[in-house]
Amino acid sequence: MTVTPPGPPAGPGGGPDGARSGSGRPSWLTAGFLAPALALLAVLVVYPIFYTVWRSLRDADGHFAGLRNYGAMFTSDATLTAIKNNAIWLLVAPTVVTALGLVFAVLTERVRWATAFKLVVFMPMAISSLAAGIIFTLVYTDDPDRGLANAALVGVHGVFSPSAGYSGARPRDPSLLADAPGGGLRTARTYQPGETAALALVGVRAADLPNGAADAVAATPAAGTLAGTVWFDFVRGGGGRPGVIDPGEKGLPKVVVQAVSGGTGSGGPGGGSVVATVRTDDRGAFAFTGLAPGSYSLQLPASNFAEPFTGFTWLGPTLVTWAIIGAYVWMWSGFAMVLIAAGLSAIPREALEAARVDGGTEWQVFRKVTVPLLAPVLVVVLITLMINVMKIFDLVITLAPQSSQDDANVLALEMWRVSFGGGHDQGLGSALGVFLFVLVLPAMIFNIRRFRREAR
Amino acid sequence: MTAVASERPAGATYSAAGGPRRGLASRIVTKLGGGAVQALLVLVAVGWLVPTIGLAISSLRGVEDNNATGWWTVLTRPAELTLSNYRTVLGNHDIVHSFGNTVAITVPTTILVVVVAALAAYAFAWLEFPGRDWVFVVVVGLIVVPVQVALIPVAVLYGKLHIFGTIPCVILFHLAFGLPFAIFLLRNFFAGIPRDLLEAARMDGAGEWTVFRKVIMPLGLPAIASLAIFQFLWVWNDLLVALVFADADSAPITVALRSQTRQFSSNIDILAPGAFLSLAVPLVVFFAFQRYYVQGVLAGSVK
Repeated sequence: MTVTPPGPPAGPGGGPDGARSGSGRPSWLTAGFLAPALALLAVLVVYPIFYTVWRSLRDADGHFAGLRNYGAMFTSDATLTAIKNNAIWLLVAPTVVTALGLVFAVLTERVRWATAFKLVVFMPMAISSLAAGIIFTLVYTDDPDRGLANAALVGVHGVFSPSAGYSGARPRDPSLLADAPGGGLRTARTYQPGETAALALVGVRAADLPNGAADAVAATPAAGTLAGTVWFDFVRGGGGRPGVIDPGEKGLPKVVVQAVSGGTGSGGPGGGSVVATVRTDDRGAFAFTGLAPGSYSLQLPASNFAEPFTGFTWLGPTLVTWAIIGAYVWMWSGFAMVLIAAGLSAIPREALEAARVDGGTEWQVFRKVTVPLLAPVLVVVLITLMINVMKIFDLVITLAPQSSQDDANVLALEMWRVSFGGGHDQGLGSALGVFLFVLVLPAMIFNIRRFRREAR
Repeated sequence: MTAVASERPAGATYSAAGGPRRGLASRIVTKLGGGAVQALLVLVAVGWLVPTIGLAISSLRGVEDNNATGWWTVLTRPAELTLSNYRTVLGNHDIVHSFGNTVAITVPTTILVVVVAALAAYAFAWLEFPGRDWVFVVVVGLIVVPVQVALIPVAVLYGKLHIFGTIPCVILFHLAFGLPFAIFLLRNFFAGIPRDLLEAARMDGAGEWTVFRKVIMPLGLPAIASLAIFQFLWVWNDLLVALVFADADSAPITVALRSQTRQFSSNIDILAPGAFLSLAVPLVVFFAFQRYYVQGVLAGSVK
């Protein structure tokens, strides 16, 4: 795992021992080499740990407070939210990042442009969380016209369930076009093939009218075809005749029109069955061909009038933590990938080949050979990410807007808010610091043991 | 990138290496699978690039454009690109000044960490002193100590010394917290330098100081480079430490930009180009020295 120069690596006291003949070398020389580092560590790292523990037992004004800060910490809403969010971070982020890193590392083994791919995915590691936060604030902007995430979602959503989205639209004449039993609108009268229908709507918001909407035209009757127009019965500046297609009135594209047979119209108990469904074109025109002779009422289902889907409020109270985790995954997957790829290249090829010769599928080889052999690396990656996630701060403070910062709160952020950013309670801040320190202690022990094992 | 991605079935490396011969069917499956893998990886790579490209393009669009439409509209209307945001940023005294502060914090920290850590690492690797292994274990343990545990005490200390808010006090804090990992990385590398080289120098009558300068430092250059890059990026990208210890006059670019994020959309003309400038430097460093950086990350992992 370590950068190793040519020559046998030596553990502590390993290499140099025998040659340490000159142990008579003056110890002040040794001290000279060590002093700057040890002095800095003592004053700025080790002493503060003890001071923080001591300070955490005192209140904001410095008076002795016993364990009251710790009590406050585990009862205040802000800290409890922070602990809950830290737990989500801890469970989700390292796992997702490691899994993605593993997949990328394994897949790139099979392509020639692996280096380019790795460079691209690893690149976010080089930039600051603040820059990443600004990048993802742009991605997560609510307005689907500006935010990439919602633009993509709305695009995908539109492919699977295209909705006309004429929310607020209502019939020009409620006695002709009335509320249908299951929502939406249905004609009061019935039509037979060969007739035409004119379905006038008003109250369409200008923003909902698609750019492609063309001037409406009245349908021409044709034998065997039930045709019609759905249009916006409104002339800018006024002057239009109600229920009549005037010049300049726009057709409403993409409206779903259903032919219902056997229904009793909107006046009765409803019912009837949908026998055909069409969509209006840019001029608002629709036509049913091939209907069996009979009477049909026309129905505009409720989906036409649904509020259009505009994506999610990513940085709102419910999703904010998950959205920030998304940005974190973007930043750190490259790290996991590079570490795992290094571990992967150390796996003997013969082990994999042997498994393949034995008839293992790629998936079996991956699960039964690759992953177990990689286990030590995966553990290191996971632990590194866990420590990192425990201290997560920059991304949260940059990405969470003021309005949802309480919902996105994490321990490191709360510690900063309590003691520097606004609050001045160094007692509570110290207690939070101690808590964070205790949380990383297992990782510290893991590190030391790993180091001692490798040194042996 | 996609041009390189063509052809080359996935199994090729293995069968070329003398692996088992496969039936035609299995080779077709492999080839198709390989195509799917290529396509998937291209998609992932594009997905990874797009957010940064979005920032870059946003930084080149006017405020009104950014607040009306998404950056991807330039794909159809490239004419709307402008450098005016960059003119605004470069004319903004706070931002330019903070950029200078970032350099003034990052460069000395990087140099100091390398020098101080190299001295200590040499002692841990090649000098004998009582309790050496124990002290080193403590240093290894300190690698993961969260800065949060030291913010308050060090702030109090700086306050008593009347240096709170200055650039040196930011540097000192970074230096101390950079040391454990730096010493760990360099010691492991130095310990692997062949003993004969050191002994030969000592035989020639060189003192420890000369050995350190003439043997250890040149031979340890790869590790020192890794460390320097790693440390440079770490400090350049820091927000928290500077947020606590730097006052308005010594605030680095990250702090200066953060104060603008409150009114995100109205400040987009400063935020986008500012963020892009602030990440351009680390990106250049990263691409120029990526091998060393990756090695530093590999060695460090836990921090």
